[in-house]
Amino acid sequence: MRYALEDALKNEAYRDAALELLFQLADDDFILAYRGSEWLGLAPHIEEDVAFSSISQDTMGHAAIFYQLLSDLGAGDPDRLAHARPAAERKNAVLLEKVNGPGTYLTEPHYDWAFAVVRNFFYAQAKKVKIESLKNSSYQPLGEAAVKINMELYYHLLHWKTWFSQLVSAGGEARSRMEAAMEAVFEELDGLFSLGAKGEEFAKHSLIDSEAALKANWVQLMSPLFESLDLEMPKSFGMKGGNGRNGEHTADLETALDTLGEVYNFDPAASW
Amino acid sequence: MLRDKVYEALQTVKDPEIDSVSIIELGMVEELQVLPDAILIKLLPTFMGCPALDIIKNNVVKAVSAIGGVEKVEVEFIFHPPWTSDRVSGIGREKLKEFGIAPPPRHMAETGEWQADCPYCGSTYTTMENLFGPTACRSILYCKSCKNPFEAMKPVSTLM
Repeated sequence: MRYALEDALKNEAYRDAALELLFQLADDDFILAYRGSEWLGLAPHIEEDVAFSSISQDTMGHAAIFYQLLSDLGAGDPDRLAHARPAAERKNAVLLEKVNGPGTYLTEPHYDWAFAVVRNFFYAQAKKVKIESLKNSSYQPLGEAAVKINMELYYHLLHWKTWFSQLVSAGGEARSRMEAAMEAVFEELDGLFSLGAKGEEFAKHSLIDSEAALKANWVQLMSPLFESLDLEMPKSFGMKGGNGRNGEHTADLETALDTLGEVYNFDPAASW
Repeated sequence: MLRDKVYEALQTVKDPEIDSVSIIELGMVEELQVLPDAILIKLLPTFMGCPALDIIKNNVVKAVSAIGGVEKVEVEFIFHPPWTSDRVSGIGREKLKEFGIAPPPRHMAETGEWQADCPYCGSTYTTMENLFGPTACRSILYCKSCKNPFEAMKPVSTLM
């Protein structure tokens, strides 16, 4: 059965499961869009600065849809959900909260472009897998949002795939730095596919495919590219920094939330 | 009729970043309800993260409120059905060109590649400089005939 908003509001178990999943989706896009915004003015060339900021803006827009869907289900004000929730309440994958590299935006930002490309490409592909699954979600508003998001995601995936292929096939320092970045990303990649402690509820209510199915799809879609670039896909991925779906996070997230929430928290009642 | 007047008012609301094209011509107006005590307008955002949405919303409220006898105007952004680039009307496509923006291409290759003709000289001899442009809905291209850089509205469809 397909649930409209009114149906979801009448069924407590269903509503709780939908809320949990939406928090994961919203927080993932939100924190990665923030990390992307920190690259503004620092990307390798001007065209990339335009492209990356545009992608981050789209991604923030996707987070905004998910926060709105949460709000419709009774989770509260979308701006508060985005800015004011402490780290322990956040459901994003740890991979997405990690800093862009040494330094900060204002002081000596020695950000790692290889890490940015690998993280964003692997994420865009994982998001694509999820969005395809969500198009058939039992929760109708989420299925409709997935159709809209998919059209924008198409361009993101194309963009990061191009960077990834070109840097890996360039050889030399580019390839070795990309390999180092992949190692760091694979160590946390399981966190992207995890649906958290309540994940089984999602499958029970047909909200999204299982973790195993999502991960298998990702591997299947990535494998031809890995083969063509002579890269080896690790047998298993890791979740070294903890499972963000269960509220486990690193200090990187705390710092990010302090920074991005500073203006909002200064006067939450201010109108913009 | 009030309904016609509301459409006339909506025709005056332009994209804040492309001031030759109205939100009707862009295909953003999905639903208009004239209720006894209010006017309800449902709009489709082109791209979800578009920062112009709030400006558009305020401009709609302003334009429609100016009609005599209208007391309350409600504007809602919805994403179903999704806005697609084929919703831009024929007149909208011409007006985009006048502004120096190529209208969204109607065809995309299976690889996802697409081309747009130069809005200045009409040449097909153009190259893609950056899929991403100054706003979420635009790309940057270059015309090798008249040597002008130009922008094109990105094609988006549910087939992607």
